[in-house]
Amino acid sequence: MQRIGVFICWCGSNIAATVDVERLAQLIKAEPGVVFSADYQYMCSENGQQLIKNAVKDYNLTGIVIGSCSPRMHEATFRKAAESVGLNPYMVEVANLREQCSWIHKDREEATKKALVLLRTAIAKVRLDAPLTAGESPVVKRALVIGGGIAGIQAALDIAEAGFPVDIVEKNPTIGGRMAQLDKTFPTLDCSACILTPKMVDCAQNENIDILSYSEVEDVKGFVGNFKVRIRRKARYVDETKCTGCKVCMEKCPSKKGLNEFNMNLNNRTAIYIPFAQAIPNVAVIDPTQCLKLKTGKCGVCQKFCGAGAIDYTMQDTFVEREYGAIVVATGFRPINVDAFNEYGYSDNKDVITSLELERLMNAAGPTNGVLLRPSDNTHPKVITFIQCVGSRDVSGCGKPYCSKICCMYTAKHAMLIREKYPDTEVHVFYIDVRTPGKNYDEFYRRAVEQYGVDYIKGMVGKVWNENGKLMVQGADLIENEQVVIPSDLVVLATAIEPEPSVRKIATLLTASIDTNNFLNESHPKLRPVESPTAGVYLAGVCQGPKDIPETVSQASACAAKVIGLLVKNHLKTNPCVARPDETACNGCSQCANVCAYGAITYVDKEFRIGGGKTETRRVAQVNPAVCQGCGACTVTCPSGAMDLSGFSTAQILSEVEAICRK
Amino acid sequence: MQEVNTENEKFVPNIVAFCCNWCSYAGADLAGSSRLSYPANVKIVRVPCSCRVNPTFVLKAFQRGADGVILCGCHPGDCHYVTGNYYTRRRMALLFSFLDYLGIEKERTRVEWVSAAEGAKFSAVMNDFVRQVTALGENKRISDLRVKEE
Repeated sequence: MQRIGVFICWCGSNIAATVDVERLAQLIKAEPGVVFSADYQYMCSENGQQLIKNAVKDYNLTGIVIGSCSPRMHEATFRKAAESVGLNPYMVEVANLREQCSWIHKDREEATKKALVLLRTAIAKVRLDAPLTAGESPVVKRALVIGGGIAGIQAALDIAEAGFPVDIVEKNPTIGGRMAQLDKTFPTLDCSACILTPKMVDCAQNENIDILSYSEVEDVKGFVGNFKVRIRRKARYVDETKCTGCKVCMEKCPSKKGLNEFNMNLNNRTAIYIPFAQAIPNVAVIDPTQCLKLKTGKCGVCQKFCGAGAIDYTMQDTFVEREYGAIVVATGFRPINVDAFNEYGYSDNKDVITSLELERLMNAAGPTNGVLLRPSDNTHPKVITFIQCVGSRDVSGCGKPYCSKICCMYTAKHAMLIREKYPDTEVHVFYIDVRTPGKNYDEFYRRAVEQYGVDYIKGMVGKVWNENGKLMVQGADLIENEQVVIPSDLVVLATAIEPEPSVRKIATLLTASIDTNNFLNESHPKLRPVESPTAGVYLAGVCQGPKDIPETVSQASACAAKVIGLLVKNHLKTNPCVARPDETACNGCSQCANVCAYGAITYVDKEFRIGGGKTETRRVAQVNPAVCQGCGACTVTCPSGAMDLSGFSTAQILSEVEAICRK
Repeated sequence: MQEVNTENEKFVPNIVAFCCNWCSYAGADLAGSSRLSYPANVKIVRVPCSCRVNPTFVLKAFQRGADGVILCGCHPGDCHYVTGNYYTRRRMALLFSFLDYLGIEKERTRVEWVSAAEGAKFSAVMNDFVRQVTALGENKRISDLRVKEE
C-alpha cells in the first residue's frame, strides 16, 4: 500500500478565495492511503517545497499529490523537489485546482466539491504510479534555421559564433527576406540595406554557416537532439559553384516580361535573374515558367553567353538529408491581399498602393530609382493620403483581428521621408489610434506631426474613388466631427501583415502548434516566448506574432541562446513515459508498428518457456524508448492489450475515470 | 460566455472530458487563466494524445454513471504526434454510433478539436455540451450490476 501525501496550495488567494483549502486538507485525509495532508500559501515557494520535502522524509511517503496550478506550470518544480529527497520524480501527480477549478467557478461550495474530486482523481492515479527512470539520447551538434530573413540571419550568426554549424534553408533564391525590400528603418531612418547586407555577407563568409537558398524543407523526422530533415534543393538551372554573378545573362535574356517579385511586381525582370544587387548567394536563377528554352526548347541565349558555363537546362530538383539537434523557425510574413477591400479601390486604381510598394518606389534600387513617381502616369504626387489599419484590427472577417504592430511606425516614417524629400507635398494620415510604444518610438511619431507637419486625421476611411484623375478619399474626422473628402494623387494603404503561408506546412512537419491566425504558438506567452511547445523547435520573428526589426533581432538572439544551450549538452534526458509491451500477451501482429508515427516499434523472436521443460519461439514487439514519444496510439490499437504506456497506463486512466464518477 | 443555468435543480450531469496534453489541456488552462467559466461538473482527464483514449475508458465512464463523455484533441493536421487525432476521429465515430445503437444517445458523446490558443472555444464547447446533456437527463442505460449500490 502506498503512503500518500497531499499538499494543497492556496496560490495566495487564487485558489483559496474560491476553494476552502483548509477543509479540503481535512476531508482528503479520509482517502485510503493518504497518511499526510497540508495546505500552504505557496507550495511552489522555497518554504512550500521544504514542507513537501520534510513530509516525504517524516512520513516516509511513497507518492505525493499536489493540488495547485496546472501541471504545465509547476509539475517539473515538484518533481525536482521530490527527487531531492530520494522520491522518484514520477511518483508525483498534480491536481489542477487553479486553471480548471478556482479560476472558472464562483460558487465556493461547488468549487470545493470539484476540487475534492480532482484530488481524489490524482490520488487514484498516484496509487498506480510506478517509479520511472529517464534514459539518455545523444545530441547532434548542428542547427537548422528555416527562413533567411533578418530573424534567421541573426539566429544563424549567433549560433555559428558559438562554434556550432548551422544551415539556413531559404525558399527564395537569396537570403535577406522582407528587410531587404525596405528602404529606410524606423526610428533612426538608417538605410535598411546598409545595415542588413553586411550581416548577409557575414553569413556567406562564416565557415560554420551553410546557406541552402532556393530550397525547402520537405520532411522532418525525429525529436529534440536528433532531427532528420529532408531538404528539397529546387533546380536553379544555374550551377551555383560556377556562376560568378556577372549578369551578362540578364542583359542578353530575350524574355523580359516577368514580374519582379522583389519590387512588388511594380516592374519587370528577365527570365534569368539575380533578385537584387546584394543577393547572397550572388548567383542567377532561371524562372522555369518564363524561360523560353525551358518552355519551348528554343532559345539558349544565356548558355551561349555565359562565360563560366554555369547554365544547365537539364537540372532537376535534388534532395539532401541532414541531421540536426535543434530547429529555429523564422519564416516571416507577407502583407495581406487587399483586393477584398473594395472601399479602398486597390485593384481598380494604379495609384492606390500598399506600404511595401511605396518602400520600393522610394528605394534607390527600386523601379523608379528612388524618385517618388505615381504608377499611373509617372508624375510627382502632390497630395498623398495614408490609410492606417487596412485589414488590421478588423473583426468583420475581411481582414485580421490583431494589430499588425508595425504600421503606425512605418507610416510615420513614410510621411516623414516624403516631407523631407519633397517638402511641397501635402501628407495626410487617417488613423484609428496611433500606437507607438517602444524606445524613441513616440518621439519619432511626434516629430512627424510637429516637425514635419504631417496632417493626422483621427477617423476611418469609407471610400476611395477616382474623379478626373484625382483619388477622392472620403473619411470621418472624429475630432472635428465631420466628413472630409481629400482629393489625392497617391493613396497608400498601411496593409496588415500575416504569417508567410508556407509556415502551415512547416508547422505540420514539425508538429509545432499554430494559432487561428497561423502564427506559431510559443510554449508560454510570458515565460517561454521563443520556444515552441515541441521540444527542440524555437521561434524567431513574425512567424510567432507581429513584431518590428529590433524585436525580431532580440527574439532571434534569444533563440540562438536557447539553441546553444541545447547543443552544448552531449546527452539529453529522454521522457520515460513511453510505451512498453507485455511480451507474454503480445502475439507479434504488427498492428502497433503500423500506427506508430515514429517507427519506434520493431520485432524480435524470443524464446518463451511454455511448461513441461519446453520452449517456443515467438515474434514480439519491442519499443525503442529513445524514439518513442509516448502518444499511446499503439496501446489502443493492440488487439491483445499487450501495449501499455508508462505514466498514463490503462489501469491509471480507468481508475481516474472511476474516481470522477464516484458518487 | 454565460454559464449554463440548469433549470432542473435536481439533475446535474457528470461529464468526463479527456483532453490531450498539447492542445486541449492547454486550451482548458487558457480558459482558466482567462476566467472563462464553464460548469463545475466537467472534470478533465489529461492524456498525452486524444488517441490514447481507449474505447474502454468511455465505456467505463458510462458504466460508472457518467452522463456524458467528451474527447478534445488538436485540430486535424496539428496533432503533436502527427497522426494521433486521425485515429481518434475514426475510432470514436465508430464507437459513438455503436453506443447510440445500445441506447446511449449520440448527444452524450462528442469529439472536439480545441487548440492551445482556443480558451474561449474550450469554454463555449463545454457550456454547450453540458446544456445538451442536461437536456437529455440522467444516463441510465448502462449499469454494472456488480457495482450497483443498494
